[in-house]
Amino acid sequence: MTTSPITSIFAYTPELSTPAVAVAPVEPNRRTFLKLSGSGLALGLAAPVRFGGVGLGALGSTAAEAKVGAGLADAFLRIAPDNTVTVIIKHVDIGQGAATGLATLVAEELDASWTQIRTEFAPSDPVVYKNSAFGVQGVGGSTGLATSFEQYRKVGATARAMLVAAAAKEWGVATSEVSVTNGVLSIKSGKTASFGAMADAASKFPVPAEATLKTPEQFVYIGKSFPRVDSRAKSTGTATFTIDVQMDGMLTAVIARPPKFGATVKAFDATAAEKVSGVVKVLQVPQGVAVLANNTWAAIKGRDALKVTWDESKAETRSSSDILTEYRALLDKPGAVARKDGDVAAAFAKAAKVVEADFEFPFLAHATMEPMDCVIRYDGSSAEIWTGSQLQTVDHGAAASALQLKPEAIKLNTMWAGGSFGRRAIADAHYVVEACSIAKAFGKPVPIKVIWTREDDIKGGYYRPVYVHRLKAGIDKDGNIIAWQHRIVGQSIIAGTPFEGMMVKDGVDVTSVEGANNLPYAIPNITVDLHTVKLGVPVLWWRSVGATHTAHSTEHMMDMLAKEAGRDPVAFREAHLKGKPRHLAALKLATEKAGWGQPLPPNTYRGVAVHESFASYVAQVAEVTLDGTGGFKVTRIVSAIDCGLAVNPDIVHAQVEGGIGYGLGAALRNEITLAKGGAVEQSNFDSYQPLRISDMPKIESHIVASAAPPTGVGEPGTPVALPAVANALFAASGQKTLKLPMTKQAYKTS
Amino acid sequence: MPTTINVNGKSREFDAAADTPLLWVLRDELKLTGTKFGCGAGLCGACSVHLDGELVRSCQILAQDAVGRSVTTIEGIDGKVAEAVMAAWMKLDVAQCGYCQPGQVMAAIGLLSQIPKPTDDDIDKSMDGNACRCATYHRIRAAIHEAAKAI
Repeated sequence: MTTSPITSIFAYTPELSTPAVAVAPVEPNRRTFLKLSGSGLALGLAAPVRFGGVGLGALGSTAAEAKVGAGLADAFLRIAPDNTVTVIIKHVDIGQGAATGLATLVAEELDASWTQIRTEFAPSDPVVYKNSAFGVQGVGGSTGLATSFEQYRKVGATARAMLVAAAAKEWGVATSEVSVTNGVLSIKSGKTASFGAMADAASKFPVPAEATLKTPEQFVYIGKSFPRVDSRAKSTGTATFTIDVQMDGMLTAVIARPPKFGATVKAFDATAAEKVSGVVKVLQVPQGVAVLANNTWAAIKGRDALKVTWDESKAETRSSSDILTEYRALLDKPGAVARKDGDVAAAFAKAAKVVEADFEFPFLAHATMEPMDCVIRYDGSSAEIWTGSQLQTVDHGAAASALQLKPEAIKLNTMWAGGSFGRRAIADAHYVVEACSIAKAFGKPVPIKVIWTREDDIKGGYYRPVYVHRLKAGIDKDGNIIAWQHRIVGQSIIAGTPFEGMMVKDGVDVTSVEGANNLPYAIPNITVDLHTVKLGVPVLWWRSVGATHTAHSTEHMMDMLAKEAGRDPVAFREAHLKGKPRHLAALKLATEKAGWGQPLPPNTYRGVAVHESFASYVAQVAEVTLDGTGGFKVTRIVSAIDCGLAVNPDIVHAQVEGGIGYGLGAALRNEITLAKGGAVEQSNFDSYQPLRISDMPKIESHIVASAAPPTGVGEPGTPVALPAVANALFAASGQKTLKLPMTKQAYKTS
Repeated sequence: MPTTINVNGKSREFDAAADTPLLWVLRDELKLTGTKFGCGAGLCGACSVHLDGELVRSCQILAQDAVGRSVTTIEGIDGKVAEAVMAAWMKLDVAQCGYCQPGQVMAAIGLLSQIPKPTDDDIDKSMDGNACRCATYHRIRAAIHEAAKAI
């Protein structure tokens, strides 16, 4: 997303922030426990290893943060007498493995045993738990592990040093004589102690100013694939998602939402809804009409029984067809310049061959398996919120504004989230705000769970925007690309959000052009420009953001050019990737493992693509088999990723496998369309068909060996799948994939 | 009117409207939240449970229709097949976000109870109704084969 601090945009200053404590999501007595243990009266409870004042400084925070952190107990780690090591996870885990990844970093430097590791989500705190890439608490842009790599290792190393100091004192030896292996402290004489046994004594030692980190050859956990910390809970149904939060007297709310984006409630008749057994209250809120009930089914039935008249005077009424017509017209006009190298017009005049292609990309819903949801308990002067927040500070600040409370009067608990793909990272915090609106309007201090039905989710906007591209490229008589002109038309994800200041430069939203303006190929004349269009459809980043469309258009164009040049697609790319060793290494590994150039089964064809996103480099080779009637099946995808040091290779593979599947869904058949008048035409998993297991090809994921700092893995696997499949179909049929999804045309052998 | 159904081997009483789907009785009344809401239309399989040992979508069955029958949820599964499936799921770290996985596990138990040694094709046919937006399908296939080996 961004590397600039964005603290100032939120009404949430360090001075106002509650001192962070390591609070379990649904455990009210933790503060008491900390007070007890802090005064040395642990009373059988945990004796925490503390990280206060100096400790925060040692963790690389600024002086101001150290001040805020003074007196802070166990913000990142708790070692209990029962020998459990609880790592406090500052990022939400949306499936990307944040909990396992961050715990791995602590376990590594602490030399803990993997079996003693537990995890707990951090409370919301914009300072202590900030993401250094954002300046506030939150995760996105595949930054979770990369930006925590040193910080969490230092936590482990600091605690290890304190445990060693305590053991050395107890045993009357120098600290250099104490070794730590697999969660056990020992000295040569044979004395041993567990972390739990030494935790209380260790907590009385000062936090060392400098903690020595291991060198890579000393790693025990990093680079190995230790099991996920959440597999058991998620395989046995015990992991608690927001939708699973249960409290006495809790009501469930669903909202009747506008049928068109921007429509508002004109009038409603709740007579029938209020007669539904279990319905407690019907309320108008800014987002629509909310039905509160004793159970979910009653809330849904109550909503069905509502009669709402909508004011559509300010609604977006353009259809997808209208939108595409407007966008296509803009392709003929120059836009805001995102990149300009050399003289494209002059180069085209000299080109031996020119290829031009227009591309169209539809709206896409994220369609997380757990629909949007939020639990709130509000008593007029304070509130507690439970949600799977990807941007805790944004949600926390928005809740404070909505409830007109100071941030410290609100506690926000991060829950396991049933998928996000960007959907839970929202600048307007809309589903938290609507929960606040309902709680405030209802005015009773009972817990309320607001849930979106699948129809709300599919119809609810916050889509990957529609984009239209025009790409024109020219090659000289030797097959070198000498001119490249790329024009993009679409809505800005960032405009109108608090991120605008950092991420929109000179009229160019970086998320609209990323992947296009940093085209890796050595081409002397390049122009990339952008038309940003205003539309009343809420849009959002969707797994891999700009790369969802720019990887397809640029990499598909590369194959069109290779064909014109009479060159092999891999060799053609390599010839233009001089000085790009990481692209080249990924391409080499993927094509070698795929057997590029080797014979294939009948009616089966290969395609390749390579793309950098989120500072990682991914190449994929797709194999498709045509069925002879215009349809096809993706049978195999071989992938190679250079993501720097792979902290947990198995999770890297999992993210690549899943990322490919997410991309394939978009490639094969996903689109959201607006009918004449502006209503969304899809509503559930029948009309917005998710990728199914029968669609899933065999996937072989490989990792380029690297000692470089870790980079993103959650997103970079996704965008490459689209052009890799399109290029395989191009090889098979000669047909270009200019309009997505691929259901828009039949592919037959040429 | 109070109704009693057998869930995970125990008689459970609840009071809900006659048209309430089994899903919402399990989740809201009996607090068995391992069974998930995904679509409410029988399209995603997140709410999969076993009814008299048969795989069903609990969002498509009225709780009333479970009277006199035996409901098994993810919280109540046991036996050789269930243990093998859960062990394989953990061994291969199938779950990512994990939300659909209870339904996947219930469906995999259903499959392996019918076909102890399924082929990839059997798996694709049998599991096609269970959506996973994290697309853990690659590992679901592998985990079902892994579980089959252990049975």
